[in-house]
Amino acid sequence: MNILYLLIPLGIIFMAVILAAFLWTVRAGQYDDMEGPAHRILMDDDDPRIPRRDPASREQHEEDR
Amino acid sequence: MTREACYHCGLPVPRGSAFRRVVLGEERAFCCPGCLAVAGAIVEAGLEDYYRHRTETPDGPPDPLAPLAGLDLYDTEQVQRSFVHVAEGDVREASLMLEGITCAACVWLSERHVKALPGVLDFSVNYSTHRARVRWDTSRVQLSRILQAVHEIGYRAHPFDPGRQEASFKRERDRALRRLAVAGLGMMQVMMIAVALWLGHGAAGQEDMMHFLRWVALFIATPVVVYAGAGFFTSAWRDVRQRRLGMDVPVALAIGSTYLASVWATVTGSHEHVYFESVTMFVFFLLTGRYLEMAARQRAGQATEALGRLLPAVATRLTDTGEEQVPVTELSPGDRVRIRPGEPVPADGVVESGRSSVDESLLTGESLPRARGRGDGLTGGTVNVESPLVMRVEQVGADTVLSAIQRLLDRAQTQKPRLAVMAERGTGWFVGTVLVLTALVGLVWWWWIDPARAFWVMVAMLVVSCPCALALATPAAITAATGALTGRGLLTARGEALEGLASVTDMVFDKTGTLTEGRLSVRDVEVLGSLDRSGCVQMAAALEVGSGHPVARALVEAAEGERAWERPLAAKGEAPEDDGPRTFPGLGVEGWVHGRRVRLGSPRFVAELVSGEAGGHLLDMARQHAHHGTVIALGDESGPLALFTLEDRLRPDALFTVQALKERGLNLHVFSGDDPVTVRRLARELGIDDARGGLTPADKLEALEALEAEGARVAMVGDGVNDAPVLSRATVSVAMAGGTQLAQASADMILYRDQLAVLPAGLDKARETSRVIRQNIGWAIGYNSIALPVAAVGLITPWIAALGMSLSSLLVVVNALRLRDQGLTGGSDGT
Repeated sequence: MNILYLLIPLGIIFMAVILAAFLWTVRAGQYDDMEGPAHRILMDDDDPRIPRRDPASREQHEEDR
Repeated sequence: MTREACYHCGLPVPRGSAFRRVVLGEERAFCCPGCLAVAGAIVEAGLEDYYRHRTETPDGPPDPLAPLAGLDLYDTEQVQRSFVHVAEGDVREASLMLEGITCAACVWLSERHVKALPGVLDFSVNYSTHRARVRWDTSRVQLSRILQAVHEIGYRAHPFDPGRQEASFKRERDRALRRLAVAGLGMMQVMMIAVALWLGHGAAGQEDMMHFLRWVALFIATPVVVYAGAGFFTSAWRDVRQRRLGMDVPVALAIGSTYLASVWATVTGSHEHVYFESVTMFVFFLLTGRYLEMAARQRAGQATEALGRLLPAVATRLTDTGEEQVPVTELSPGDRVRIRPGEPVPADGVVESGRSSVDESLLTGESLPRARGRGDGLTGGTVNVESPLVMRVEQVGADTVLSAIQRLLDRAQTQKPRLAVMAERGTGWFVGTVLVLTALVGLVWWWWIDPARAFWVMVAMLVVSCPCALALATPAAITAATGALTGRGLLTARGEALEGLASVTDMVFDKTGTLTEGRLSVRDVEVLGSLDRSGCVQMAAALEVGSGHPVARALVEAAEGERAWERPLAAKGEAPEDDGPRTFPGLGVEGWVHGRRVRLGSPRFVAELVSGEAGGHLLDMARQHAHHGTVIALGDESGPLALFTLEDRLRPDALFTVQALKERGLNLHVFSGDDPVTVRRLARELGIDDARGGLTPADKLEALEALEAEGARVAMVGDGVNDAPVLSRATVSVAMAGGTQLAQASADMILYRDQLAVLPAGLDKARETSRVIRQNIGWAIGYNSIALPVAAVGLITPWIAALGMSLSSLLVVVNALRLRDQGLTGGSDGT
């Protein structure tokens, strides 16, 4: 049973870490938009995988970015 | 061949349209140059993926001309001062409101497109609120270029000032979340410890461990009580100072006394029980309920936010030297401003010269623009439709009608629901009684029975009588029901609205914009001359094309329906002195078609052109048709050609709604300001017996009061400003989202998808809610009145009391949760 004297304080430290993490997410504004990120993860932010026919416009686009 | 749909916006493509372009490797057709330009911009920016990802098409074709004028002005310091935040050096930050976002692909598209601009440091769109934050380097790119980039891909961006309210909403939300987190995590930990304490209670040889566990529980519960529960203590303290007994007083008393008693037991090491788990759970549940309530309130607040966008940012001021573009904030009374067709009126004032018609649907709900000439008043935010006006500014800023409406809205939103106020008054009485009883019982125990147990009996009584269940009964039910209704398209702006809706016996509808769509369409064409029906429609459309007037829109639509666009008629350049149709505000248009002078407009206006006898005949005919709707005549110098009867169409779901409401035992009425004959005919179509037309706002109010005098409880459904007094007088009022802001401000509920069919569902939900609230309150009171005497005689220890209290609250919450919608039914069910 003596192990509890170690494990319970450890549990409290864990809780404190979790709480700190949660408070950080609140401050970082992760609860401001509850819908967008779920969609955003599905949107591919890489360049289009299929090469376009008109290389000139692509280069132009590349420069712009 | 069926008609093709526009690849960008989904509207039908007119025949013979030449707007085509290759997208995603295929040639696609577009309905207008606007859509073509947008698609072009998207493809050229390498963002074709948008068309692959999107799940919904835009609401309509983009307006290629609208806001580009005066965009440069957004780059000036004066205009930027109100909404731009200077981060450091050349870096600027601003919030933008995006219009036209329909699905996640829009967010992706606009983010990628704008971020591709050199100088834009960050552009992120919040999908829930349709707002974007933009950060840019002002030495490399100007704000106007960013707004234009958004515009290129078919959206509209308005800079907007997030304002104090928005910031305070966010602060409130964040603080509530932090407290909730502390309470939730603390509760879980303390509960775990509590199980060990309960099981090990009285176990021989484990006293040290028990003592240690009690200290641990104290350690964890302290931040929960002190930080998460601080709100209860402060508001209880405020109540006490104002000599009121609010809901928070017993809550604070219960939390405080239970906590302190447990601390006492822990510190002194006496072998009594500790109640940290009850305290933490209590705090957590109450905070959850309040968080949900706050979320619903903030969401209702956002619905009215768009008001600020109605005033333009820029006005054209007339000075001695000419015109100058100035920010609207710079205007002062006495200034003269020019308002071009299509522009909103920047402030309140009086017309100095020019004649035009002005779209006042914002204020009046009236679908037809009103003629305005010299000396007539103009209200800021209304839109000039036909021809340029010069206005002398009379009121600016906080004195304008629009600002007054905004203030009204603010006040309406901060008001406490009547029900909550009533509940609080009831609680005061309840709390007072419990406190007096507890003190008496405590004294009795102290003097006559057992002084050692007196304190614990008192704690048990406080815990058991804790009005937690009572406090949760109403908000939990309202929160759950409000959430469910919002999902279907009925926004509850005030807490008591559901209660009111559940009790109504009568429902009164306004006509225009409520039962009907508030948009004209051609119902009937009567051919009077040599030209056939299709020819008449085509000629009318040719005269009206390009006009923003609702009559013109109806005629152009009718021409599309007739497929008359195949041989488009030109109404241009045929007369020697004229280069197009000339508008006579309030009367109609005149132009040349096929070398003939043609007039389209009010019968009287056309009859002036037509020779004597035929003109009289035309007026007679028009009178006969007048009670079917708005009559528009078409004629040339040789005689009248056609009469168009234009009518406001019934909403597609009106009939279903009326039937469904009748099935639920409601008496239905139509009160309208329109022509009595039209109103009666429409009511007959729908099966409503009581239809009254020609009512002024005062008449409507009187009719409503007469109904109430007979004992009816009335729900009013309307949309116009003329409905506002009636809306605020009725037991419960529902405004259409397409209606005016003022109507929404005085309404309890808003049908934000403009679907009437949600009403019967809302009624069911409201009745269910009031049933659940009654059950909850009944349970809470019943439980308390049984448990209190039992605790008073010392039969239950505080921990049993806490368990009972917790279970009682849990029961109330679970009961309330039944009101949530099972799954996502959306607004389409029941139609």
